[in-house]
Amino acid sequence: MSRRGRLLLFGCAGSGLLAVLVIGLHGLPPFGDFHGAYGLLVDRLEPGRRHATDIVTALNFDLRAFDTLGEEFILFASVTGVALLLRHLRDEEDEPPRRSVDDHRFAGASDALRLLSLILIPLLVSLGVYLALHGALTPGGGFQAGVVLAAGPLAILLAGRYLALKRVAPHWAVEALDGIGALAYAAIGLGGLIFASAYLENFLPLGTSGHLLSGGMMPLNSIAVGLEVTGAFLLTWTEFLDQDLLVARGEL
Amino acid sequence: MTALQAVALLLVVAAGTAIVFISDPLRQTLVLSIFGLTLTLLFFVLQAPDVALSQLVVGSVGMPVIILAALRKIAQHASARERHEEDGE
Amino acid sequence: MAFAPFAAAAWLFVIGLYGVVSSQNLVRTVLSLTVVQSSTYLVLLGVGYRHAAKAPIVADIPTTSRLVDPVTQVLVLTDVVIEATVIALLLALVVQAHKRFGTVDPAKLRALRD
Repeated sequence: MSRRGRLLLFGCAGSGLLAVLVIGLHGLPPFGDFHGAYGLLVDRLEPGRRHATDIVTALNFDLRAFDTLGEEFILFASVTGVALLLRHLRDEEDEPPRRSVDDHRFAGASDALRLLSLILIPLLVSLGVYLALHGALTPGGGFQAGVVLAAGPLAILLAGRYLALKRVAPHWAVEALDGIGALAYAAIGLGGLIFASAYLENFLPLGTSGHLLSGGMMPLNSIAVGLEVTGAFLLTWTEFLDQDLLVARGEL
Repeated sequence: MTALQAVALLLVVAAGTAIVFISDPLRQTLVLSIFGLTLTLLFFVLQAPDVALSQLVVGSVGMPVIILAALRKIAQHASARERHEEDGE
Repeated sequence: MAFAPFAAAAWLFVIGLYGVVSSQNLVRTVLSLTVVQSSTYLVLLGVGYRHAAKAPIVADIPTTSRLVDPVTQVLVLTDVVIEATVIALLLALVVQAHKRFGTVDPAKLRALRD
């Protein structure tokens, strides 16, 4: 079918879909008027029962921890897929790509960029650790902290020193980080099975609300997810960037 | 619905529509970052700070780096292929 | 006016689909998919919102105050981070297709297959 025919067909089908969506979404409760019972119950009961002041993190890592386990493994599977595809691609190359005209532009970075990344790296690492540990108290948690921590080595990369990145975050370390994070989350669940009555049920002392070590196993889960997300993002970035800068730097 | 929420929603719709109608993938990546920023503002105004934090870090750091790295890899393969064809002739 | 977020979500969904259908570059297809994903975030957060309610963090407000529904926020939060890696997987497939066939145009890819 020609492109014009395809677009015409989409014009009819798309407007039909838009109409159906609008009619369907009218059945939802009006904006601002939601009376879902589950949410109301959690809002009332959670701070007393789980001693965590951030209700969203408590849901994520304690009350609905099983859903987070599933989502975490979606992440793991996608990153494994990226690594497999791009490594297969790399092994198929019959020769390393020769240096092209614009390769040298990235291999050196200006001094301003180097200074900025020097300032950024400790800020990013400390912010990431803060977010991971304070997940149960203030907005934060493992997912956000993982991405912020992964941006630390990325700042090294942006300063133009790809081989330094390879030394700080080599392949085996990044893969190990990813795997250990996923394994730790599943293993904490086993602790619930052994010491409490169900998989992923809380079995650690709850502590007082508002203190750093409150919420039982919530900080542990948060740290495990943070490790996994850091490893996943670093692995994805290094897989995509792998051959470009290596060649340029080697020929300088 | 407060005025701030209405403005944020309008910005989100405008940025989302803009992404679809730009032809160069590199420019699309930049508009995607701006789209992430408008989404962050909307999530914040809808009283969801955790979600806003998530969207902020992913939309400014996570996604654009992945897309730019993929675009670079495609460009690199294209230039390698051109060089192969030149050598073959 | 109360229907605005849902209308915006429906519009983003359809315009994202238009981007997928009409693009001549596979990378543009993948980027239009992110617009479709964000429409689902809008619907979820729009459903859970309550008028004059605060964010579900009780560190400094009394625990009996009126709060927004937290369950829908949990769904969106994990989704935002995970969709980034799914987009990475799709882009890895695009890179692989380009390596094999030398083009990222979906029309030309179909011609090569036939």
